[in-house]
Amino acid sequence: MGHGTEFRAKTKAQYQYDRHHNAVHMRKQVVNFAIMIFLTFLAFTVVVADFSPFFIKPLILLLAGIQVVLQLYSFMHMDDKKGHHIGVIQLFVWTGALIAFTFFITFLTIIWW
Amino acid sequence: MSSVAVAKKKGFGATVWDYLTTVDHKKLAVLYLVAGTLFFAIAGFEALLMRIQLMIPNNNFVSAGFFNELLTMHGTTMLFLAATPLLFAFMNAIVPLQIGARDVAFPFLNSLGFWLFFLGALFLHLSFFMGGAPDAGWTSYASLSLYSPGHGIDFYVLGLQISGAGTLISGINFIVTIITMRAPGMTFMRMPLFTWTSLISSTLILFAFPPLTVGLFLMLVDRMFGANFFNHTMGGNTIIWEHLFWIFGHPEVYILVLPAFGLFSEIIPVFARKRLFGYSSMVFATILIGFLGFMVWAHHMFTTGLGPTANAIFAVATMAIAVPTGMKVFNWILTIWGGSIKVTVPMLYALGFIPSFVAGGVTGVMQATAPLDYQLHDSYFIVAHFHYVIVGGIVTAIFGSFHFYWPIMFNRALSEKLGKWTFWIFFIGFHLTFFIQHFLGLMGMPRRVFTYQADQGWDLFNFISSIGALMMGVGVILLVTNIFMSIKSKPLNCRDYWGDGRSLEWALKTPVPFYNFKQTPLVRGFDPYWLEKHEGNKEGMTYAEPLGDIHMPNNSIIPLVISIGMFVAAFGALYHPDGVSWSIPVIVIGLGITVAAMITRSLKDDLGFHVHVDEILATEEELYGKGGNK
Repeated sequence: MGHGTEFRAKTKAQYQYDRHHNAVHMRKQVVNFAIMIFLTFLAFTVVVADFSPFFIKPLILLLAGIQVVLQLYSFMHMDDKKGHHIGVIQLFVWTGALIAFTFFITFLTIIWW
Repeated sequence: MSSVAVAKKKGFGATVWDYLTTVDHKKLAVLYLVAGTLFFAIAGFEALLMRIQLMIPNNNFVSAGFFNELLTMHGTTMLFLAATPLLFAFMNAIVPLQIGARDVAFPFLNSLGFWLFFLGALFLHLSFFMGGAPDAGWTSYASLSLYSPGHGIDFYVLGLQISGAGTLISGINFIVTIITMRAPGMTFMRMPLFTWTSLISSTLILFAFPPLTVGLFLMLVDRMFGANFFNHTMGGNTIIWEHLFWIFGHPEVYILVLPAFGLFSEIIPVFARKRLFGYSSMVFATILIGFLGFMVWAHHMFTTGLGPTANAIFAVATMAIAVPTGMKVFNWILTIWGGSIKVTVPMLYALGFIPSFVAGGVTGVMQATAPLDYQLHDSYFIVAHFHYVIVGGIVTAIFGSFHFYWPIMFNRALSEKLGKWTFWIFFIGFHLTFFIQHFLGLMGMPRRVFTYQADQGWDLFNFISSIGALMMGVGVILLVTNIFMSIKSKPLNCRDYWGDGRSLEWALKTPVPFYNFKQTPLVRGFDPYWLEKHEGNKEGMTYAEPLGDIHMPNNSIIPLVISIGMFVAAFGALYHPDGVSWSIPVIVIGLGITVAAMITRSLKDDLGFHVHVDEILATEEELYGKGGNK
């Protein structure tokens, strides 16, 4: 790879298209980043505000789940529909998540202390 | 590196250096094969010692403590260090050829995976000479292993951690290879079954090894730094280890048996001379077995007291696995049905496999019945069951594939006559050893006991079982003899040794050149070689590209250096709890070697090299005579 790469000058239309595309992409990333900061802030707030643990624990776990999905889709390119083998990647990630969730549930329910 | 020199005779030192640095999947396959056979022989020898001890009641051939070490090392070695590398050997040798690739996706990682596995395995085996092997069973339940004196368990934890990392790396490599490196036209639903099962099995490695890594890490800090994850007197829970271990351990048996299924799905159509029956259902069954394999681990723990609800759920899930497995068995039978059958050695193993594996599967469903499992748990019935599955399923697949793929891997054939003797001696010995153990179990003989009292009705059956084990030993010796004899035999220099090859690997003329395909093939359907043969294509394949320069990776010693660093660091970690002064420096030096090698790898650009057209033509002419591969 990399040996036979040809470099071609971009046409003006292509340049403008890329520029617009990048701007949209950048905006999306900034928005997602802001959402993630906000969710983190929420998590800290519920703890500082001294809510009941029965409320805090599930809420924080839920927020963590949302953060993971946001991370995967906005920053790790899983929303890129034209990516190579994106279907396979999604299948692997979600199967892994499903299996890990099973372990999580069983550890909560059938291991006793 | 000149490709023309490939077939030239090399000195001994140069050959050794070539194998230490190789990133070629075919040579790594040979390394896996040699290492796997070595550990198979060691673990088999341990089994023989155990059977000699149990041959007569009140025997004192080995001591109780040594017996525990033997049974632990037998199980650990057979599963992690013998069956896994032997299957990896075939995956390395065959999968890239089946999908029309020139190598795996990450040749460097392929080499790293092997060396990590091998040095981890070596580390584990050094325990025999350094104060005693692990003795808590291959499952190493925390309630036993935390209190095991000496360093045995530490060897187990560190050795498996290192070799497990190697297996995980190789697994990821195969997933990427199979998904991204397929030749044009090789769609998912045209992939040969062995490639499919390798893909699913690598996926299971990806999901199953991290829990083992976590479990081993917790065990490591428990034993070495006094943490209390598994210590119930300090608020820990010993059951957590069992869950973590079996979340890994149950998929592990599918990791092993799925490629074995794949190998038989290659062997049976060739010798039945019929297309594999129900290809798409075979693929579906493979995926389903892989998925269900993760949902059943607690059936190993029915008697720990999970409660009736959990037991019922896991019992039903376990029985469900019998459905896709049954589909596979019927598909194999229907492939043979009405075929024009040639009973060669690989086919003999396949024919022996079907009833043996079904017997193991049926006893598996019996144990899935939770109430019955309370009777069978920890008895010889369990021993009989998993040996029927593992020997009847996996070992027969490996032995059969030795014969089946030897022509492609080494350009030599194994003797059919000796192979038939081997099969019958091994097969009869196997049933003699383990069939009778079902009844020993039902009579109440517990597993993992080093001796027993006379006149409980167990004497004769144990004696018969030991005779069977000796026969299996003779069978393995015959197989190894066969391998050594093949070295002296004449090179085959042919294509499609068995005459009825169907998938792409048979289209290649042996010896296979280091770049595999001089032109990437175009796959026009399922069983591409069969298709081309029937259309009268003498070259065996249609090409997807004109003859051009081939880009190949450079050899590298760095994987070995990285692995040696880990190996050295493991000794420091092992002796750290003894309070010796040199433990921390050794850990630092070892990890330093590893990190330095990784930095070298990252900073030094290694873009590989190109084999030019004239070099390709020269190599072809040297391998196949004038005119090259025609």
